[in-house]
Amino acid sequence: MALTREQIAMRVAREFKDGDYVNLGIGIPTLAANYVPDDISVMLQSENGLLGMGRYPTEAELDADMINAGKETVTAITGASIFSSAESFAMIRGGHVDFTVLGAFEVDVNGNIASWMIPKKLIKGMGGAMDLVAGAKNIIVTMTHADKHGNSKLLQECTLPLTGVNCITRIITDLAVLAVKDGAFHLTERAPGVSVDEIREKTAGKLVVPDSVPEMKL
Amino acid sequence: MAGFDKVVQSYEQAMAGLSDGMTVIAGGFGLCGIPEGLIAQIKTMGTKDLTFVSNNCGVDDFGLGILLEDKQVKKMISSYVGENALFEQQMLSGELEVELTPQGTLAEKMRAGGAGIPAFYTATGYGTPVGEGKEVKEFNGRPYILEESITGDFAIVRAWKADRYGNCIYRHTAQNFNPMAATAGKITVVEVEEIVEPGELDPAHIHTPGIYVNRVIKGTFEKRIERRVVSK
Repeated sequence: MALTREQIAMRVAREFKDGDYVNLGIGIPTLAANYVPDDISVMLQSENGLLGMGRYPTEAELDADMINAGKETVTAITGASIFSSAESFAMIRGGHVDFTVLGAFEVDVNGNIASWMIPKKLIKGMGGAMDLVAGAKNIIVTMTHADKHGNSKLLQECTLPLTGVNCITRIITDLAVLAVKDGAFHLTERAPGVSVDEIREKTAGKLVVPDSVPEMKL
Repeated sequence: MAGFDKVVQSYEQAMAGLSDGMTVIAGGFGLCGIPEGLIAQIKTMGTKDLTFVSNNCGVDDFGLGILLEDKQVKKMISSYVGENALFEQQMLSGELEVELTPQGTLAEKMRAGGAGIPAFYTATGYGTPVGEGKEVKEFNGRPYILEESITGDFAIVRAWKADRYGNCIYRHTAQNFNPMAATAGKITVVEVEEIVEPGELDPAHIHTPGIYVNRVIKGTFEKRIERRVVSK
């Protein structure tokens, strides 16, 4: 069975190590914060200028001056820091953030990512995505393996305008976990009950499959 | 020390000198930390053909969005826009020019502009539409693009507290782009929640030193929330 959004988020959370600084994009990546294992601590970076983002506020805690990069009201954890946008992107661009997790329309075998612009559709902008993919030490893309028409999103070469080049090293989809290196996708795990054949069929770019592919642990 | 007293008493005085065709750098992220009263004053003045450098362009009836109603904005330099129907309509009809800029590059353009650095290299945007036509240079085997800095005729800023000398502190994430905007205006106007006397703010806790600030005005703020999310 293909993973649900929550299950993809669960698998993402297993990538984090104790003491990691992590930036989570909007959508599935944000859900990963709910599944951080109890025995580790990670600190969430929100690119509008908050390191140590906490849960959503109660009615009593609501504060218009306290928001995340998705413009949602949030709280700060004990030990958080707040700073300017320039400082925030110094952290990101300077490689100080351990993990960035973000969604994408397409990823290709060279680690290129397209996530912000579909020509002829309304273009709202890239926000901080280009800075994040240019700067983070480890970038994980979460997305469905194929679009709703069944077209693969893992391509030999991206067709949409890029967000960044040669930057994606790991992809977690509803079907599989893949590493991106040496001009190919390398299958490392499959979703429980999903066959290698199905993954092969839904991966348009070059796919390297080892002799045995373990099922993911969630 | 009257020469250092930056406080003005009216919005007319705060925005005096703004004229058609100028570039205005505005602090704020979404509707958080925006200089509400200064934006309203620009609407009242009816100044046209303005270029705004701001991460976003507000919503239809709040923030910079209100300046679209009378077509006062010629160009937006932003990282994320289109939260408003009027914006979309004017962009599609070609009345409004939009220069999309990665958020970190936008912050650095303001910071560098205010710091007297005319351009800088960044890896952000290399190999994407943002990098097209820009100089590329390799450092340690990695390609970077040359981005030019930004300064404005005016900078409009929202701070929490300022003293009469223009020393400012910001509140929570309402800080965002405001400190960089404050450095990058020929005339920097700060709208604050509270004006205090010099000495009341701890000098070591000042975010924006008064040297960058030309005018300070006490505002009243609606502080609208764009996405209200609460814990269940």
